[in-house]
Parts: sequence; C-alpha cells; structure tokens
Amino acid sequence: MGIFSKFFGALKKTKEAISKKISQIFVGELDDDFYEELEFILVSSDISVEASSEIVENVKSLAKKNKVKTEEEFKKILRQAMQELLEFEEEEESFPCLYTIIGVNGVGKTTAIGKLAHNYKKAKKSVLMVAGDTFRASASDQLAEWSKRAGVRIVKYGEGVDPGAVVFDGVKSAVARKDDVVLVDTAGRLHNKVGLMDELKKIHKIISKEWTGDTKNYLVIDATTGQNALTQVEMFNEIIPLDGIILTKLDGSSKGGVVFAITKKFGIPIKWIGVGEGIDDLEPFDAKEFVENII
Amino acid sequence: MALFGTLGEKLNHVFSKITKRGTLTELEIKNAMREIKLVLLEADVNYLVVKDFVAKVTEKSMGERVMKSLTPGQQVIKIVNEELTELMGSTNSKLAVSSKLPTVIMMCGLQGAGKTTMCGKLAKMLKKQGKKPMLVACDIYRPAAINQLKTLGKQVDVEVYDEGTAKPAKTSQNAIKYAEKKGYDTVIIYTAGRLQINEELMTELQDIKKAVNPTEILLTVDSMIGQESVNVATTFNEKLDITGVILTKLDGDTRGGAALSIRAVTGKPIKFCGVGEKMDDIEPFYPDRMASRILDMGDVLSLIEKAQETITEEEAKKLEKKFRENTFTLDDYLVQFEQLKKMGSISDILAMIPGANKLKLNANAVDEKQLARNKSIILSMTKKERQDPDIIKGSHKRRIAEGSGTSIQDVNILLKQFNQSKELMKQFSGKKKGGFRLPF
Repeated sequence: MGIFSKFFGALKKTKEAISKKISQIFVGELDDDFYEELEFILVSSDISVEASSEIVENVKSLAKKNKVKTEEEFKKILRQAMQELLEFEEEEESFPCLYTIIGVNGVGKTTAIGKLAHNYKKAKKSVLMVAGDTFRASASDQLAEWSKRAGVRIVKYGEGVDPGAVVFDGVKSAVARKDDVVLVDTAGRLHNKVGLMDELKKIHKIISKEWTGDTKNYLVIDATTGQNALTQVEMFNEIIPLDGIILTKLDGSSKGGVVFAITKKFGIPIKWIGVGEGIDDLEPFDAKEFVENII
Repeated sequence: MALFGTLGEKLNHVFSKITKRGTLTELEIKNAMREIKLVLLEADVNYLVVKDFVAKVTEKSMGERVMKSLTPGQQVIKIVNEELTELMGSTNSKLAVSSKLPTVIMMCGLQGAGKTTMCGKLAKMLKKQGKKPMLVACDIYRPAAINQLKTLGKQVDVEVYDEGTAKPAKTSQNAIKYAEKKGYDTVIIYTAGRLQINEELMTELQDIKKAVNPTEILLTVDSMIGQESVNVATTFNEKLDITGVILTKLDGDTRGGAALSIRAVTGKPIKFCGVGEKMDDIEPFYPDRMASRILDMGDVLSLIEKAQETITEEEAKKLEKKFRENTFTLDDYLVQFEQLKKMGSISDILAMIPGANKLKLNANAVDEKQLARNKSIILSMTKKERQDPDIIKGSHKRRIAEGSGTSIQDVNILLKQFNQSKELMKQFSGKKKGGFRLPF
C-alpha cells in the first residue's frame, strides 16, 4: 500500500463525514442559512467554533470573489481556506537533535516514539530511546519492545525510578556515543496536575543543561480528542515551549479536526500523523494532502 | 484560562443576561438557546445531541410557567439542569451480579482510553467490597500489555490469568473454568484496545462475548473525546450490546460533553469514572453531580444550608453594619475565621461555590494551616491592637510574631489581607444593602 492510499484510507471516514454533509446542504443559494449549516458541519468535526467561523468567513469572501457556482468549485475554495490554516514554512532538521515527547495519558506517546525511531533509523541516523515514563506499569517494557522492532538502542530503568535520573543518564550516554537522534519518552500526565507538570519542567531543565545539540518538544494528541486538546496545548506550552504536534490514531474514524483549532490559536505546526498500528504508520504531515482527504 | 472557560462559566454568562431582566421574550429565549448550543458544542457534546437538547429546553422554556414567572432566568437554569440530569440518567447504577458465579465483566474500549488501569481499579474496588476478583489478560497485541496488567494485579493483590498470545476467546473460557476451580467470584476480562473501524478486532470481541456470556460489558471511554464519542459508543453498542460505560480521566479539566453524548445515543448508564492515577481513584458515577459539574453551578443549596447553620442572621446583620460603618476590626476577622471553620474544610466550601473555577481557586490554593496561623497571630495581639491595627508598628510586629510562633512577614501578610478584605467588603456593602448576592 502506497503512502497516499494509506493516508486516504485513514481519512476516508472523515472525508465521508464532511464531504457528504456539504453535498447535502449544497442545494442552490449560497445564503446565510447555507453558511450557518456549513459552520455546524465544521464544528461537528471537532474544528472549534472559532476556527470554523474563520474558515466560513474566508470561504464566503472567496466564493463571492470567484463567483462560485458549482459544488466542485465551492469545495475547492473551502479546501484552500482550510489548507491556509494548516500551512507552515518547512524548517530543516539539524542533527544531533533531542526530541522530548509529551502528552496526556493514553494518546500514544510510546508508540509514536517507536515509529519515530524506525523512521530515523531508516534515514540512517543513530537513534537512542530514553524510557522516561517510569510511572505507568510496563511502559519501559513497551518501549523496549519498540526499540527491538526498530533496532535502536535504549536507556531504561525500572518503574518508580526518578525520571530525571533516567533522562540525565540517557542524555549523557547519547552525548558520549554521539547519537544523531535522542527520543525521550515521558509519562502521560494530565495538564492540570501541578506536581506532574513540575516534574516535566525538571526534565526539561536537565535536558537543556546536559544536551548541547538541537532540541524539539513535541506534544502528542489523540485525533479523537475534542476541544480539550486546546487546553492541553496551552498548558503544556506554558511548561515547555512546543515545536510541534504529533497527531495520533488517525486510523480510526477519528477526524482530527481539532488541528485547525490548534494551528489557528497557537500557531504551532502539526509535524507527524499516526495512521495505523504498524511500525511504518507514521508520516510527515502535509497540509494539502490532509485537507484534500477531508473534503 | 480565560480563553477556554468551562461550560458552566459560559452558561452562567448566558444566564446572567437573562436573570437581570424581568420577564423573557421569545427572542430572548432564542438568543440564550443559540449560545447554549455553541457552548455545548465547544464542550464536545455531539452536535446531534445538542440539537435535540436545545429543542427540548426551548420548548419547555416557552411554556406559560416560565414566561409568567417572576424569575424566568432561574426557571430556564432549572430546566437546563433538569434536562441535563435526565439526559444523563437519573440514578447511578451498580454492577450486576450473576446468579451463577463467577460474575463475568468484559472490559472493552478504544486504545488509550484507560482500560488497563481501570481493570486494576475495578479489581481493587471489588476486593474492598469483599469480593474475590480475578483479572484475565486478553490484549495480545500491544507490546507489554499483559505485563502491565500483571504489574497492576500485583499492586492490588489480584491474580492475573493469561495464556500469552493464545486466542482471546479460548483464553477467556479457560480463565472462567480456572476461576470456578479457585473460587473466584468475579472475573474481569481485559480485552485489546481497538480502533472501532477495525472489523477484525471487533469480531474478536464478539467471539469473546459468545464464548463467556458476560454479565457486564463495559465500554471504557476517555472523557476528553470529541464529537467522535457518539460513533464510538454507537459502534460498540451495536456490535456488543454493552451494559454500561466507564468514563476515565475525569480528573482532567475536560468539559465532559462526552458523558452527555454517550448516554443520549446509547441509553446505557455511565457506571463509574476514573478520577486519578492511583488504584483507589475510581468513583461511582452520579448523573446529577455530573450535570452540576458540567454547568459549574456548584452545590449552592448545601452551601446556603451550611452557612445558615453556622451563622445566625443576627450575626450576619451585625457584621454588615460594621462593614458599612467601617468599624470592622481584627476581632471580627477572628470571628469570621471561626465561622468559616465551622462550615467545614475550605476545599469543601469552595467546591460548593458556583463559578469557583472562574477564580482559579482550588483546594491547593487555600492553605488551611494558614488559617490556623492567622488565628494565632491575631490572638497574640493586644486588645487595643485588634481594635486599631494601624498602631501595629515594627516592635509590635516582632512581639506578635514571637508570641504566635510566626515571622514578621506572616504578620505583615495578615494585616495586608485584613485591609484588603475590609476594602472588598466595603465595596460589597456599599453597592447593596442586602449583603452580597449569589452570582445568579
């Protein structure tokens, strides 16, 4: 299965949902009622009320300017308006680079790290995983399993160890062995838990002290998450400045519409999307492709 | 978090517009309903459920009773609250027990919803209730899933049965035979997390169901889920005919719209919720409390009752007079501390105040030890000092700090707080003679 078809498969449900609904309301006049319905459709795909109304406003003026008549024409400008919200300038990755992967519980951080490791390994980088989730039972076992599958090195201790200590040793080891890519797993934490967020701050501090290469902080978000994703971005960003989002579990019928709200509100780019359960199922995010497959 | 207030805060805002007026016009109700609709959508309540809900509330609000009522705004709030509670099921429902032991509980749900942890919590809860539970590990796909369950089993001291990566249906059947032999009365089957569009895995769940005929089939759902909640719940319900739902991660700050949606589309009760990372962090689900939580209305009635129990009307009047005449002293401040203490712990009281979230207040922010410290500071002052705090200067402060076992800094903080409250109270009593009103 090629990359595109896999992506298409993953988003098919979303596409059906939004595209079909638009066809249903596209019955003639592009009047206020139509746009109100359109906004409703967008909101019901987890795109926030705020982002939806911006998209609708942009589409409205585009439609007027281009004298849009047919459904196809309309969908084209809608795609354009939505794509604009998601586009960011591509920046080159420089190595060595340390990636800190954070997020709330159960979003798929560990799995995402496994897939990232596989990706960088394929790109001929020397990769080290750091099992910083010392809280969840067997989290480090799970990561170790991924390190085997991806064929990369891992630094891990058992449960209950201070995650700061694991990260410290991991970073030291990566520096000594001159690894290109370090992937730091962290325990899932709800963003409103002060103690756990402080722990994250501490990990972040250790990294900035011991690591000399580039760093990237990625927040993992479950594509089924609703508007709470916005709060997650806001709160994590306060603790560690975020460089990007990894959107996981797009392989369900989940819509991932919340990414529009995130980029609109915070201007943080979506970096990767997880589209399946296999080790190859993590792909760089492409705004055009993403939107084309929604509508 | 000014940007994303809770559903309750926003509804409070909508209602504050209504409550200020006398009677309601149809247009006003419509406007309010439009805002409620947006608020519910932003709270992740499914859009179909929202449509339905708003239609119902509108219809009831248009009725005679509300239009002619003296307090139409409050009537609308009441209707919203009632409908919300009804939508979520009116009573909390317990776990069913099979007439033929063991009772089999099958746990299913999407990946990352929190099934594994919830299995451990359920087992611990059952154990505390005097049952003899056993766990069965049937997630044969996720790396280390079986290990995770075993670790949790050890933590809560419950046996975990597994057959490695053998077929889950067979494993479950064998597990039940094993449980019968060992005298376990409840078997919790932990199934693989799945993405519900995956037919293959759905079939596997149906096979397990056929093989062991569970008493309870519980769907675990992440309370942070968005519009997708309805699809998830509907699919699982159609394929497995679930008996109930468990909502996890409710200790987060999610607005909990999923609770509404799931209940509305499946009609199945939400039985428990996960409220933390410890194995004890499981609570029965109370629909009425959830409605209050979503509305962020707090438990105003209990607060008023408590206040009435502890503060007599006479005392309240006396206090108010002092504010108005600006003769409020540290002695009165002390009395206030006492009254506050009589009402219970600060965090309990805060939980009952509507809009407390708005002020970003939480239990951590209020230090009860601080209260005790303040009390001893005041008690270490002379009578004269308490009457006229302005005379307290450097050497006085040192003596007071030593007498109360605190620092000069603490004394300063208390005096500052006292002056601030005095200011605040003056403003309140200046505005309205009847003391201060609750926010709605």
